[in-house]
Amino acid sequence: MDKKAVNFGYIVTRDRQIDFDANDHTISRIVANAEPSLNLCISCGTCSATCSAAQFTDFSLRKIILLLRRDEIKSLEKEISKCMLCGKCQLVCPRNVSTRNLIIQISKALTTVHP
Amino acid sequence: MAKHVVVIGAGPAGLETSASLAKFGFNVTLVEKEDLSGGHLKKWHALFPSLMPGYEALDNIRKGLNPSVKMQVSTKITGMEAVNDYFTVTGHNGWQAKADAVVMTTGFQLFDAHRKEEYGYGIYENVITSADLEELFASGKELLNRHGRKPERIGFVHCVGSRDEKVNNLHCSKVCCITAVKQAIEVKQKLPDAEVFCFYMDLRMFGRHYEELYKEAQEKYNIQFIRGRLSESTEDQDGNVVVKVEDTLLGKPLRIKTGLLVLMVGMEPRANTRTLARRMGLKSVSDGFIQPVDEVLHSNYTEIPGLFVAGTCSGPKSIADTLADARSAAFAVADFFKK
Repeated sequence: MDKKAVNFGYIVTRDRQIDFDANDHTISRIVANAEPSLNLCISCGTCSATCSAAQFTDFSLRKIILLLRRDEIKSLEKEISKCMLCGKCQLVCPRNVSTRNLIIQISKALTTVHP
Repeated sequence: MAKHVVVIGAGPAGLETSASLAKFGFNVTLVEKEDLSGGHLKKWHALFPSLMPGYEALDNIRKGLNPSVKMQVSTKITGMEAVNDYFTVTGHNGWQAKADAVVMTTGFQLFDAHRKEEYGYGIYENVITSADLEELFASGKELLNRHGRKPERIGFVHCVGSRDEKVNNLHCSKVCCITAVKQAIEVKQKLPDAEVFCFYMDLRMFGRHYEELYKEAQEKYNIQFIRGRLSESTEDQDGNVVVKVEDTLLGKPLRIKTGLLVLMVGMEPRANTRTLARRMGLKSVSDGFIQPVDEVLHSNYTEIPGLFVAGTCSGPKSIADTLADARSAAFAVADFFKK
């Protein structure tokens, strides 16, 4: 809970709905320009099935791409650092998405836009 | 004497069946309730996956029709009876014919989107159907929403009236997925700056070149696909349609504003087809389409000897499937007369 919040003795849960129109779409645009193969993802999950990080954590490249597409930046920032850039996902992707470069471009965009 | 075959319904299926039957040398009467042949194809702007203009397809189908085929337009069939080894077919205007065989090519009706009230068709001006959009394309008019503005974002809702037991339609209408992809591309061609979103449950890209078109939609046109079925739409002060859907791949509810929302309406059997089938004592199945003797081996035969089916009256089909089914029906009729 927010530290500044006054304790009224009950908690109001934060809205978890994705408000697409309220989200800032800068990051997804920058990344889509830098790595256009992003658009080819069909969310099949082959990447997350082979992912070494996903074996031990709840990291999922499939979800990362979706978070990026919806510009859910806060969740994205939390997730992205878990990737070890091994590139196994790129070997298995049926749509030939350049997944490794995608991760790099997302990290780059996040640090330039929200340093 | 040459056998007489009555074909009911002059859409693509009826036209192609009649053309093929005439090539076999039979006397053919093609009956149509409207004053012009062509069915739904008359109003359809372009066909997937090649974007062939609808009128071009229809012109070519009509061209195949031998002048010996007798057209009986503006005649709605009200009765049909099997008497010994022939049929009597009756129209609402007193027209009557004796036939050695009958082919039902009565087609489909589009799902009435008003029935899916929560999506707002007929309530919010900027909610339209895929058929409305196709008519808008065909009119050659500029693509504007109902407030005369260029929509900045357009949403396509898949499976409206299909795969939905709430409207008593369990079946998949088969052609809407690829039609949505096709229409989304056409929208982007007309409005390159617009954002296009498709809301789907599954994408059924089963036909040849369908997957390629889907990939092109993503790669070339940046069309976004969100897996989730709309729960409802509402209207904001500016006349935008605000959509609520679960982004099921993220596991989160999502709301998004669209300037124009297109409902991909599915295929249903025509009310009149059901009545006619019931009157002829044909077996009724839950989806309401006419059930052939066997969907795999005898797709054009019904339980009644001499009564055949072709096209979408026996289930959703694309134009290509319909034409193939129509030619197959003509062959089945010729085979029937040989026995």
